[in-house]
Amino acid sequence: MSMTMSEKILARASGKDKVEAGEIVMANINIAMVHDLTGPLAVKGFKEIGTEKVWDKEKIVVPFDHQVPADSIDSANNHILMRKFVKEQNITNFYDVNQGVCHQVLPELGHVRPGEVIVGADSHTCTYGALGTFATGIGSTDMAMVFATGKLWFKVPETIRYEINGDLKENTSAKDVILNIIGTVGADGSTYKACEFVGQTISDFDMSDRMVLSNMAIEMGGKVGLCEADKKTDEYLKGRTDKPYKGFISDKDANYETIEFDVSDLEPQLACPHNVDNVKPVSEVSKPVDQVFLGSCTNGRIEDMRDAAKILKGNKVADGTRMLVIPASKEVYSKCLDEGLIKIFVDAGALVTNPCCGPCLGGHVGLIGPDEVSLSTSNRNFKGRQGSPEGEVYLSSAKVAAASAIKGEISLPE
Amino acid sequence: MEGKVWKFGNDIDTDVILPGRYLIYNDEENLSKHCMEGLDEDFDKKAQKGDIIVGGTNFGCGSSREHAPMAIKGLGISAVVAESFARIFYRNACNIGVPLVEAPGISKKVSEGEKINIDLEKGIIKIASGEEIEFKKLPPFMLNILNNGGLIPWIKNNPDL
Ligand code: SF4
Repeated sequence: MSMTMSEKILARASGKDKVEAGEIVMANINIAMVHDLTGPLAVKGFKEIGTEKVWDKEKIVVPFDHQVPADSIDSANNHILMRKFVKEQNITNFYDVNQGVCHQVLPELGHVRPGEVIVGADSHTCTYGALGTFATGIGSTDMAMVFATGKLWFKVPETIRYEINGDLKENTSAKDVILNIIGTVGADGSTYKACEFVGQTISDFDMSDRMVLSNMAIEMGGKVGLCEADKKTDEYLKGRTDKPYKGFISDKDANYETIEFDVSDLEPQLACPHNVDNVKPVSEVSKPVDQVFLGSCTNGRIEDMRDAAKILKGNKVADGTRMLVIPASKEVYSKCLDEGLIKIFVDAGALVTNPCCGPCLGGHVGLIGPDEVSLSTSNRNFKGRQGSPEGEVYLSSAKVAAASAIKGEISLPE
Repeated sequence: MEGKVWKFGNDIDTDVILPGRYLIYNDEENLSKHCMEGLDEDFDKKAQKGDIIVGGTNFGCGSSREHAPMAIKGLGISAVVAESFARIFYRNACNIGVPLVEAPGISKKVSEGEKINIDLEKGIIKIASGEEIEFKKLPPFMLNILNNGGLIPWIKNNPDL
């Protein structure tokens, strides 16, 4: 009866003793998330199904984050539509324009627990796998079905275990680890698969680092990006949730493939335009940058803000370069204020905005124009992702972003 | 179904299929005007009802935005054939009733503008040269959803899940 972590979670969720990769199961959903951009279509689908009430008003979480505050009449209309739906359905967990990016807000506010199944109408829902949750992105029609029935079908995924060992060097971070993995296996290197991140490096990582890895599992096609729940997970959850939970880990003799990485000599990495798997060491690239963006659900946490502030303190953002700092949530923003980080950013000449997705998806603030170069701590650098299709987006860690803002070109943190 | 081929490369992501700034639209008509805009601004004018998109590997990678297959559907594209698809896009397209065909090797065999014929039930694509390419048929579960016209009609036809 050996099973992988995903098989165990999906077996539990579908009321079976055993499930196997390849099988299609109907799973009960613990939490469903839609945000301001994908919510309206899910609501439209839900109305088409014709069920009057959602399956469970306490299990739906609705954060506004992609276009907050509204930047156009169209986005204001989407917000109005979603607020109306929340009210109509008495949805308990609604976070209006002031709370922050969905994938930061859900774990922070205790909606993510090990061993559960979470679906979100957003591809980076896999972030929650950092807590040992089977969490995956779905489209709006799938979400309409979840709203109506609380269930969704899944093909049980095969598993790849990424076994990562070694201590990271001072100027590197979890972002470099995941960019290195994606660069190695490719943008479709884990398509349809459950990715598990295990090994000594991962055990040493705190929750913030694990979220960086899980967040980007989708960039190699992964269905979920799982870390095993442990003491650090329990510590993180203390004070955030009082509901009981139970984590799962893969049996040693379960069916999975293993890929090993040693990160002790890893240098800072960079994803170059226009694909996330076009990865090079930072030391091999020299490129002036017009905009540096520190933020997003990948690297907009307090740890990233601290990393960047440490480098920016007493320095100035280079002439001809602009830097945008967007803490991922109200909690992160508030901690930045308490720790004096906002002042460091502002004194360095950076622009700090309210918690939101920012330029990450090229739909709100801080878009780039033709021929402009953006260095971003987010997770995607597709053509046109941050504005003009003639612009270029590079992806890096917060440390590389801060060092590059000071130099005005892509640079190694010292 | 039979249609004219529009060819695209590998890793065609949802940001080029439907750029993020148009996610404010929630209807196929408005979305279709920006279909493939990241690669070809005039694609919506060139493509005709019934045409078929042929892509390389990892077609539809990236975001979960259903707006991307909706834009394709809105243009009247009858099917997307690719070497392989990204997972969320694959589900989304099926859920709204857009047939996807996974046919490894396809992009080397067909050229832009040629007419191809797809038989979903039999799992065969007939290309202009007359060659017949077999593809792996959709799992019965998904074919069933597609034959119902998408997930929502399927749910309505299966009230006691
Ligand atoms: S920060 Fe970027 S990747 Fe994360 S949810 Fe927002 S738009 Fe998506």
